[in-house]
Amino acid sequence: MSSLAVGSPYDRAFRFYESTVFKKAVMAVTGLILFAFVIGHLIGNLQVYEGPEKMDAYGRFLRIEPVLLWAVRLVLLGAVLLHILMTVQLALLKKKARPIGYVKKDNSHSSYASRTMYWSGPIIAVFIIYHILHLTLGVAQPDGFEEGHPYANLVRGFQNPAVSSFYILAMILLCLHLYHGVFSMFQSLGANHPIYTPLLRKFAAGIAIAIAIGYISIPVSVLAGWLH
Amino acid sequence: MAPLKIESKLPSGPIEQAWEKAQFEMKLVNPANKRKYNILVVGSGLAGGSAAASLGELGYNVKCFCFHGSPRRAHSIAAQGGINAAKNYQNDGDSIFRLFYDTVKGGDFRAREANVYRLAQNSVRIIDQCVAQGVPFAREYGGALANRSFGGAQVSRTFYARGQTGQQLLLGAYQALERQVDEGTVQMLPYTEMLDLVVVDGHARGIVTRDLLTGEIKCHVGDAVVLASGGYGNVYYLSTNAKGSNATAIWRAHKRGAAFANPCFTQIHPTCIPVSGEYQSKLTLMSESLRNDGRIWVPKKPHDKRPPDQIPEEDRDYFLERRYPSFGNLVPRDVASRNIKMVCDEGRGVGPSGLGVYLDFADAIRRLGRATIAERYGNLFEMYERITGENPYEVPMRIYPAIHYTMGGLWVDYELMSTIPGLFVLGEANFSDHGANRLGASALMQGLSDGYFIIPYTIGNYLASNKLEKVGVSHPAFRSVEAEVVAMTKKLLSINGTRTTTSFHKELGKIVWDKCGMSRNAGGLEDALGRIRGLREEFWKNVKVVGDSNDLNASIEAAGRVADYFELAELMCIDALDRNESCGGHFREEYQTSDNEALRNDELYSYVAAWEFTGVKSPPKLHKEPLEFHYVHPSQRSYK
Amino acid sequence: MKLTLHIWRQRSPTAKGQMVRYDVPDVSPDMSFLEMLDVVNEGLILKGEEPIAFEHDCREGICGSCGFMINGVAHGPSRGTAVCQLHMRQYKDGDVLFVEPFRARAFPLLKDLAVDRRALDRIITAGGYISVRTGSAPEGNVIPVPKEKAELAMDAAACIGCGACVAACPNASAALFTGAKITHLGLLPQGQAERDQRAKKMVAQANVEVFGNCTNIGECEAVCPKEIKIEVIARMNRDYLKAAWKNRESYRDDDPVELALSRGKP
Repeated sequence: MSSLAVGSPYDRAFRFYESTVFKKAVMAVTGLILFAFVIGHLIGNLQVYEGPEKMDAYGRFLRIEPVLLWAVRLVLLGAVLLHILMTVQLALLKKKARPIGYVKKDNSHSSYASRTMYWSGPIIAVFIIYHILHLTLGVAQPDGFEEGHPYANLVRGFQNPAVSSFYILAMILLCLHLYHGVFSMFQSLGANHPIYTPLLRKFAAGIAIAIAIGYISIPVSVLAGWLH
Repeated sequence: MAPLKIESKLPSGPIEQAWEKAQFEMKLVNPANKRKYNILVVGSGLAGGSAAASLGELGYNVKCFCFHGSPRRAHSIAAQGGINAAKNYQNDGDSIFRLFYDTVKGGDFRAREANVYRLAQNSVRIIDQCVAQGVPFAREYGGALANRSFGGAQVSRTFYARGQTGQQLLLGAYQALERQVDEGTVQMLPYTEMLDLVVVDGHARGIVTRDLLTGEIKCHVGDAVVLASGGYGNVYYLSTNAKGSNATAIWRAHKRGAAFANPCFTQIHPTCIPVSGEYQSKLTLMSESLRNDGRIWVPKKPHDKRPPDQIPEEDRDYFLERRYPSFGNLVPRDVASRNIKMVCDEGRGVGPSGLGVYLDFADAIRRLGRATIAERYGNLFEMYERITGENPYEVPMRIYPAIHYTMGGLWVDYELMSTIPGLFVLGEANFSDHGANRLGASALMQGLSDGYFIIPYTIGNYLASNKLEKVGVSHPAFRSVEAEVVAMTKKLLSINGTRTTTSFHKELGKIVWDKCGMSRNAGGLEDALGRIRGLREEFWKNVKVVGDSNDLNASIEAAGRVADYFELAELMCIDALDRNESCGGHFREEYQTSDNEALRNDELYSYVAAWEFTGVKSPPKLHKEPLEFHYVHPSQRSYK
Repeated sequence: MKLTLHIWRQRSPTAKGQMVRYDVPDVSPDMSFLEMLDVVNEGLILKGEEPIAFEHDCREGICGSCGFMINGVAHGPSRGTAVCQLHMRQYKDGDVLFVEPFRARAFPLLKDLAVDRRALDRIITAGGYISVRTGSAPEGNVIPVPKEKAELAMDAAACIGCGACVAACPNASAALFTGAKITHLGLLPQGQAERDQRAKKMVAQANVEVFGNCTNIGECEAVCPKEIKIEVIARMNRDYLKAAWKNRESYRDDDPVELALSRGKP
């Protein structure tokens, strides 16, 4: 059967890339990177409660080494793009794998979060674009953007209830996304254990909610007038 | 047609070396020539699947047929209890000779000694083979294979995989088969039912099949045909067999000249869930292992309608323990079944129909604790509750015997070849190893012994010893059989009567169950014969089969199978009537001891009854193969 | 009790199908679901209509032949139960039930409720076995298998191949089926030699058959009549990813995808 042999290491890699298991592994690894970012970003953002000096200093700190900053940004961008690419490919496969649906279908077991990954994901993606335009590039800042003053930009932005609402909505979806995603990435990478996996699911729920609360607290505090 | 010959080809010399000697004397097929031989295997259960896989490994060109969508669905999968092997891992005195002895005795001295000895020898290799295939047998903490005692055996020699041993062994064989499919040595033809056998110049040379999805009738040519299509328990309509299990392959082979042996030897399993209503489509077996801890009883007084927990100890009759103090609830299947029938006939049966006895775990739960019982039988208890709606931890189970296995089948010689040269028959489809009663955990053993370790040798001997002319599907023999098959389907569709196939089948089943079931008598059998013939005639005038012949049509499939059951049921009654003795599963009321035990007649009936088909309306011709016992001397079975 | 059934009727793989309503009086709670359909079919035959086609055989929950959707759930509402062991006492008078075939591209519809699940066989053909020639096995007790491993292997080996996991999965993935076999054989010492190849070949075959991907949501384990857990899917992923990483020489191997494609469809 020599004719069936994979010709080169590149072909072989391509074969693995083509498989559903590998694609899910890519989603898991990129998801893990983005999960780490979400935590890091939150820790950074929470400095908003320590006042404008601290927050703005943190902003400057991130920009000390532009090469490093861009390296991180590229990794994150790559992770997002790969995550989306895999999603699109797998969503197309999903459609192909069941061309005729059910008249009646009951999802009895799976969580709401797990079934809405295909919705929460794209909305979060749209949010990220807006978020960058809003607070990194400043082009979407309604009332003027001050380069190098993240605290002021943030407070000004969130004073707009529409901006805050979208932010809050996105963070709720992020919570749902992580609620399933954090468990799912371990499963996709082959880690499932009768004792630790149930703990992981609890941890996933806890951390997802904690992250959402952390992020949502910021626009809420702005709207409530605690941050100004 | 050549006159039918009954030559058992039993090897001479000491029984311990008989099989080895026979193997050595068999001719071999040159390895390079094997792929030139086409072998048709009908059935993909333990026997057919293991045979097809092993023959494929040897390099033969194999086609394997099954009526299911996948070979993994064969009914071997439903065997629960286990598989016997004379490993003596428990150091409790088991040996090949003891397994042989128990099987011959358990079969009530109506099996061939040499066959049974070979079976016991092969049992050891079967376990090795299955372990290597990855069958997840139960293990002890040290990692060694675990055993349990089963079906009243005095030694622990049964290997098991929870209550799903048949499933796991079948999946082992199925996986081996799929491996050969990938190798290209076996071509699997699912959704394909064999409808007839083609005999050319006295040799089995092919089969005619119906594609169950398209209705296409097709001929397949082979150098040998292997039937492993299972037993005929569904003659009774209600049985523990699968709904699709049928006798068509063996029956049509019988009509083409293969002798049918001991058709009246059918096995009734004592522990099945009782019938609940007219709509009942099949019976569900509860594993025999339940009798290890459950106690069987009925009220002492007839028609005692009190719920079981209100019947005090002194009003209960633990009839098996009373009558058989040393074996108690663990007496062999035929004995247990007959006793259950007896107490129900006395009006002491329980449940709405009065056809049932209690299998009570209350004592065992008290003694061992609920947890232990749950660990041993949890899945069975759940199944029982699903079906009956009653919780066996609280309320005693109700059980009643049901048809479970057929010891009779196509007659085969020591090489598993039928009276048609080139037609081999394996597993439950043949009659070979269980005599008049099969012991628990022996069916799986026989199926795999036949498929893995016998047919690979004996088929080679046949192929190497016979020079077969080349034939094709255009041969007149194929054309005429195909035409007959097409005509039968057409005929069934054209009758357009007023009764469904199922209603005929139910009626037939009831006649056979009542008259040729757990106990038989001459008057009843005569009566049954008349009624079966009448029903058969009505069937061919009044059955209603709907749909087309050229697509998936369960209605046609069922009608063809039931048509065969009428003829087979007749032969069963004729055989039962002819055998004027009681042995194993065949209990003739006229022949019993003063305390209602089976009374064998070794002087007149120590033979295999091989029946030759002479026509649907003419009586079959009996050929006798005398049985000789040199190692296990016939004695009255006693379990007291 | 009286029930209203809406059943998918489709004459042939290519014909157009539709839901057809049947009113069934006198359903006994002791009937199984299939026995209830038997009764409906007997009535249809007597009226000269074609009976509803559905696959079934052992009717004791082990052969894996039966299976369809009842009110959107594969095998109906009872956990750990194939539809043949589902009894009508689960329902009450006046219930309306929607009965549909398993839907997946890899399970082409044959007729009414019967679908062709041979794609599952081809996944086994691709590598769901331990290669051992008949007669070449060593003594059964030569290789000890820890009890725990044997039990876990048995949990996975209990799969009956009914396809409910595929039917219930929103992605029509066969991951639970494939993972169960990879887990069963991968846990046993006998299965180690082919472990890497097995994972690669079986996953490739499942992909070629156009089963979807797993999104780890667990609908499959909820409907599995043998209650196989999605832990087996993690094991499949693990074995596959390890196999992809290991076998440094394996670019000389047979290409599992090409092999899978060559198995083709009947």
